[in-house]
Amino acid sequence: MNDIWAGIASAIRLILTADANLVEISLRSLQVTLSALAIACLIALPLGTFLAIQRFRFRRGVIAVLNALMGLPPVVVGLVVYILLSRAGPFGVLNLLFTPTAMVIAQVIIITPLIASITHQAMRDLWAEYHDLLISLNTGKLQRVATLIRDGRRSLMTAALAGFGRAIGEVGAIMIVGGNIEHHTRVLTTAIALETGRGDFALALGLGFVLIGLALGVNLLTHWLGRTEVEGRW
Amino acid sequence: MKAFLSILLAVWAGVAVAQDRTMRMAVTTSFENSGLADVLLPAIAEDTGIEVQLLVVGTGQAIRLGEAGDVDAVLVHSRPAEEAFVAAGHAPYRREIMYNDFVLIGPEADPAAIADTGTAAEALAAIASTGAPFVSRGDDSGTHKAELALWDAADVAPRGDWYRPVGAGMGAALNTAAGMDAYILADRASWLNFANKGDLALLFSGDPVLFNQYAYLPVSQDEHPDVRADLAAELEDWLVSDTAAELIDGYRVAGEQLFTFNASPAE
Repeated sequence: MNDIWAGIASAIRLILTADANLVEISLRSLQVTLSALAIACLIALPLGTFLAIQRFRFRRGVIAVLNALMGLPPVVVGLVVYILLSRAGPFGVLNLLFTPTAMVIAQVIIITPLIASITHQAMRDLWAEYHDLLISLNTGKLQRVATLIRDGRRSLMTAALAGFGRAIGEVGAIMIVGGNIEHHTRVLTTAIALETGRGDFALALGLGFVLIGLALGVNLLTHWLGRTEVEGRW
Repeated sequence: MKAFLSILLAVWAGVAVAQDRTMRMAVTTSFENSGLADVLLPAIAEDTGIEVQLLVVGTGQAIRLGEAGDVDAVLVHSRPAEEAFVAAGHAPYRREIMYNDFVLIGPEADPAAIADTGTAAEALAAIASTGAPFVSRGDDSGTHKAELALWDAADVAPRGDWYRPVGAGMGAALNTAAGMDAYILADRASWLNFANKGDLALLFSGDPVLFNQYAYLPVSQDEHPDVRADLAAELEDWLVSDTAAELIDGYRVAGEQLFTFNASPAE
């Protein structure tokens, strides 16, 4: 229990002194996760919406696979991305291994199915509501997807935040493909793993609290910017 | 959002530009945990202008990274694995740089009374016969291999309820040992730097078989044309220099010397 107090104290100390290393790895955490989130959303939001409105032969299969992939083990994703990006692997010439870009790639793979699945769930209900209207207006496929994304943006924000949450707290994959190199690919989660390994629980917990605070901050900011939970804005 | 993206791109570009005199070296967790890297890397950067990026992994993974050409050099401590690495043509040679030693850690009460034994083999045999819990790294690392060799020397097959391979790095294994009041083999550096000692204490050390030699292996450029063999060679010259010797021998944790410089001519 003492370790937890020491952790809180160390978190406060790190923040109050604006520790240069802490600022650096926190910004890198945000950089990697937000880039991954942006790319994953570009893929997952249209994909999830499309799956909700389009009927085709393997639709159920695709949805089932997507749902199953929500539980993709990050370590396995990390290992596969490592093998692909390794100099001995097929994309070795790109020299991407142990760079933030490699970490973004791994995270995109991890969170895209999650965001697409949640999007699909939300859009299915919305589509049931909008179906007759959009059909009677004789809209095209793209227009329907666009309309649903626009009017379902609250649910999509939830989907995106779920993706953000999974990515920012992830350590297994980015440890392998990023390598936890100081001043280069070290982020909050890998730093926490490192300090735990060193037995410095106070610092590890302190970083952990900073990470939780960061996630909380991003969520609050999103809600504030999106003005959700404010009466009359739905 | 646009502004944010442009900031992101700028950060990215910054990362991409800084790669000119940068090389990657895979090192073992025990080396990094000792804190010596924090002393050597700034000195290397100052003397040679090389930015060495460390990948801190177990010896097994370090060797794999070298085989794949994903790092430019490897600094590990497991002679059989290093020799196999050189024999397979992944590195032109191995060069010994320095050594530290392994120590046996255990609960202060010392139920197996290993503090009174004369050799490391006797100490391990005492642990096995009392059935006191023993945490093993179990991760194919240099420390793990050294431990297995010691069991061999003690003529004990470590099997049973008391023997607990955790498959983790040195720090994590020490955490586990502290949690279950178990015996464990650790390198002195990691032990001295370890913050969560709990009821554990250093019980046995000094047997010459606990000698832990670190060697530097530049990755072969014949196999992987992309490796920075030029920087790896420069780094090697620095590592065997008098400056390095002074820093390595002079490094102290809690008043104790951890590493002894013993670089030899290339084999």
